[in-house]
Amino acid sequence: MPEVFRVAIIGSGPAGLSAAGRAAALGMSHVLLEKTDHLSDTIYKYQKGKHVMATPANLVLRSDLDFAAGKREAILDIWNLQLNEKKINVKLNAEVTSVTGETGSFTIELKSGETIEAQAVVLAIGTQGNPNRLRVPGADLPHIQYQLDDPGEYFDEHITVVGSGDAGIENALGLAADDAQRNTVTILNRGTDFARAKDANVKLLEQAEQEGRLIVRRETSPAEVRPGELVLDTRDGQETIRCDRIIARTGSQPPRGFVEACGIEFTSEERSAFPRLSPSFETTKQGIHVIGALAGYPLIKHCMNQGYDVIEFLNGNRDLKPADEPILAEKFARLPGKYSVDEWLDLFGKNITILKELSPLQLRELMLDSKVHAFASGEVIFARNDPGSSMFAICQGSVAVETNPLDPSVTVAIEQGSIFGEVGLISGRRRGATIRAAEPVVAIEFSRMVALRLLATSPAANRAVTRISIERQLLQMFGSGLSAQDVAELVDNAEVVELRAGEVVIAEGDEDKDVFILRRGSMIVEKAIGGRQVFLSYLPAGTYFGEMAVIDGQPRSATVKAAIKSQVIRLPGAGFMALLDRHPRLRERALADMASRRKINAFVESRKHSFASAVDMYSETAQFLVDNGIGEATDVLLIDENLCIGCDNCEKACADSHDGLSRLDREAGKTYAHLHVPTSCRHCEHPHCMADCPPDAIKRGPDGEVFIDETCIGCGNCQRNCPYGVIRMDAKPPEKPSLVQWLLFGKGPGPGEAPYAWRKKEAEKLTSDAPKVAIKCDMCAGIEGGPACVRACPTGAAIRVAPEKFLSVARIGESD
Amino acid sequence: MASTPKDRADFRESRHSSDHESFLVYRRMRWAKIGAGLSLALFLGYLLVDQQPRPNGGSWYGYTLGSIGLGLIIWLSLLGIRKRKMTEGHWSLKAWTSAHVYLGLSLVVIGTLHTGFQLGWNVHTLAWSLMMLVIASGIYGVVVYAALPSQLSANRKEMTRGQMIEALAAIDRQLEQAAQPLDRDKADLVLAALEQDVFRAGAWTRLTGRYPNCATKHAIEGFPDDYRTLSDNSGPEDRVRALLGRRAAQLAQIRRQLRLKALLEVWLFVHVPATIALLAALFAHVFSVFYYWG
Repeated sequence: MPEVFRVAIIGSGPAGLSAAGRAAALGMSHVLLEKTDHLSDTIYKYQKGKHVMATPANLVLRSDLDFAAGKREAILDIWNLQLNEKKINVKLNAEVTSVTGETGSFTIELKSGETIEAQAVVLAIGTQGNPNRLRVPGADLPHIQYQLDDPGEYFDEHITVVGSGDAGIENALGLAADDAQRNTVTILNRGTDFARAKDANVKLLEQAEQEGRLIVRRETSPAEVRPGELVLDTRDGQETIRCDRIIARTGSQPPRGFVEACGIEFTSEERSAFPRLSPSFETTKQGIHVIGALAGYPLIKHCMNQGYDVIEFLNGNRDLKPADEPILAEKFARLPGKYSVDEWLDLFGKNITILKELSPLQLRELMLDSKVHAFASGEVIFARNDPGSSMFAICQGSVAVETNPLDPSVTVAIEQGSIFGEVGLISGRRRGATIRAAEPVVAIEFSRMVALRLLATSPAANRAVTRISIERQLLQMFGSGLSAQDVAELVDNAEVVELRAGEVVIAEGDEDKDVFILRRGSMIVEKAIGGRQVFLSYLPAGTYFGEMAVIDGQPRSATVKAAIKSQVIRLPGAGFMALLDRHPRLRERALADMASRRKINAFVESRKHSFASAVDMYSETAQFLVDNGIGEATDVLLIDENLCIGCDNCEKACADSHDGLSRLDREAGKTYAHLHVPTSCRHCEHPHCMADCPPDAIKRGPDGEVFIDETCIGCGNCQRNCPYGVIRMDAKPPEKPSLVQWLLFGKGPGPGEAPYAWRKKEAEKLTSDAPKVAIKCDMCAGIEGGPACVRACPTGAAIRVAPEKFLSVARIGESD
Repeated sequence: MASTPKDRADFRESRHSSDHESFLVYRRMRWAKIGAGLSLALFLGYLLVDQQPRPNGGSWYGYTLGSIGLGLIIWLSLLGIRKRKMTEGHWSLKAWTSAHVYLGLSLVVIGTLHTGFQLGWNVHTLAWSLMMLVIASGIYGVVVYAALPSQLSANRKEMTRGQMIEALAAIDRQLEQAAQPLDRDKADLVLAALEQDVFRAGAWTRLTGRYPNCATKHAIEGFPDDYRTLSDNSGPEDRVRALLGRRAAQLAQIRRQLRLKALLEVWLFVHVPATIALLAALFAHVFSVFYYWG
């Protein structure tokens, strides 16, 4: 009769390890299962010597294992040591293939065929997933590996890399980099081109192929693995090559499939969804618990605390106050009334519509990353044109929205329990109206990341926010004089439409009459003139279009298509017409709007003969800029190469204004018609870098800039996610001698970024070493005078522009 | 074709007050107007003021001109500091450059009127000549700044300097491989090309872009394309010939880049030292004037 454990913990990352540590300390029978031959695979795979940070600093660590910021090696060493000291029952090389059974008697099947019995299961498997395995005969042979830690450790081998993504290409290049290793490296690609990989990697690979440093086999896939040999399926039949080692990099399977197979439900179908959890981390499958990154908390401290808590809960400790109690208490201390943390949480959950579905645990976690405010009556909560992407929820009181910027007395009320500020959250743009507290207000402010996580975990919250935001966008667009009832019918019939980049929303000449609100992304407007598509204008999020055809009944006068992946709200033309009929003032305003657009159309028409080439040139330039990400930019650095003398003063100024490191690369980047887009942040509407930042360190600041604050843990996710390559990972260099010392005595490296060698030498003299963190352009926020690159350009070549201003056809007139 | 949030654009308008215009036309040529106006006013003054016994740097009007000139020269020379000192504040180097150019040009009038056209072999005229030299080199600078950047951009073809050098290194690696099967004298030609330090060149070579001793060019001449054989052009010699051609093209791009950069910078080697000499001469000039006062 095999032993039945009280709990089986799957995954030995910070969460699982901490859970096992707690179980060991309580004397609970447990087993910790790890699929690899070492603990904490994710941290294990960090690069050598990486500085691991311990954020958030104010969160107390509650775990039987120690953790403090430090080098990867030191942290892993401590854990390995404590694993033995605390007599944690760990089983390495134990990859779980299935979990079956019910609470009280689960059967965990391992890949080796072994089974383990446990009363409860804790899943702490993270979000990395498992690499896809080769599915050919011989795929279980030992010379196949699914990762490559150090390409420098292989010599005189015939190595085949399977996989044509970035990982495969980088591995192949690494193995072939040093001729002295005398490896024969082959990379297989099932297709003819490397579409999934980054352009720069493909270029390097093709160059290495030309130089004969490695062999690229296209339209080839592995057919059978044999010891020392690999059989290939090629276009011209099978072929056998010598092969001592296979490195398979064919992507990985997200863990969701496995989790669902255990009988656990997720909150939604979306890829970003997390398992549905109870306050004690229990999933919808009784007896199975989920903690750590898989539960949505990627920071090490959070994970370790959850590991501790989940075992305490399992042990019957129902009174456990979460480790965040003092943080929340401090947060709520500024609120009026003397309520306890639990009472406040209860009130939030009861009063605020979008929080109703959440469990106390989820509420707690939500509040940990959110702010609470108390506003006095009449106090401005935020002003029109303030930047901000946070969303507010009213717990007590009500607020007044100033719908008319010219007359603050015209207001619309938002009641207790509702939300506001969601437009900034969705469109990533400035606040559309000033909001004041109408009476004393207690409100919660959710940062963008927290709000998005809330929407992803709670479908009801998502529906409520979508409806409110459509309604508000309509009201805001039409200005004063409309109430929620007026637009209710339109809101009911509104439809949210997702668009791919390049997808046409309105085709010139069509007879349809729908009206659109651009909710997210951007559009370009084109008109066919003399057989050519002429670029008319660029539309940022928050604009509406398509109403001309409704009002004048004519066919569509221009084509509108998505510049980038976008989201629009489609309003049926008939409903829009009915609304205009009921409100003659709205019609007047719409007609006035149309007049200015007619003028642009007429302008283009008038120019089409005399300035055909100018218009053409303009269209192509605009297209080039959109192709280079200007479509999603809010503020971008451009260099007019007719003026740029290549002095690099912009880079020097950048470095001297920001800790001695330049955040822009002037030379790199694309150029068209002497307009150069250097490698520098575009401050996207929906920054790709923000998508996966564990400490939520990337924020949008007061001037719309996207910046990284000091809580950055140096994980490098943002650098990988940025499609424009504008984020670098580097350590803050030591202080340089002053300009006067350099001018008079030649001390130090002079203005601009110090050379790497100087930084390294100086850094070695210091006692503490600076961790590598992500750095990027912050638009010189907080520096009086604005962006240093532009101020320091001696000729006026460097300019910073907002796309809607730059991409307007009226500029053709200016340049004539 | 739609409503655009206007306030955002207005906000940026205020921040990037002077975005897309060159230093020469900055703010509708504000500094050109100021410089020209100043020169004109002082010139009219020169004609109207009755200077006794004759126009001279020592008359009251002469001192006025001299003081204005001295002040301008000292302020103009501070551009070198402004450019390197990244302080906060609403200054723009473009505005400084614009003012530097036009006020510098106005010194031709101010400085010359200050002399009262009394030139001779003395420290005073030395200062005037140095000033004219600085201005002349500056005019060259303005001309190349206006003319060359577009060529620089066109030549770069989206490559960075590092990429150009890396491309050359990549061709060199391939050449070394491709030259292995060649016979001795042909291989020597390739080796000579590979061994030559292509970046070592004198100032004249840099500025003219003519490299008469280029070993790559010499090597290409050693691999004439032999059309008579009607071969399929895939032998080792053909490969080397093609690679040498690519190397020559890559070298040419780098050399054009170096030449343009040199042309854009060479004048500073006159402008800056001459400015320092001018400041020294001015000191001597002012000192001697006051020392021999009366």
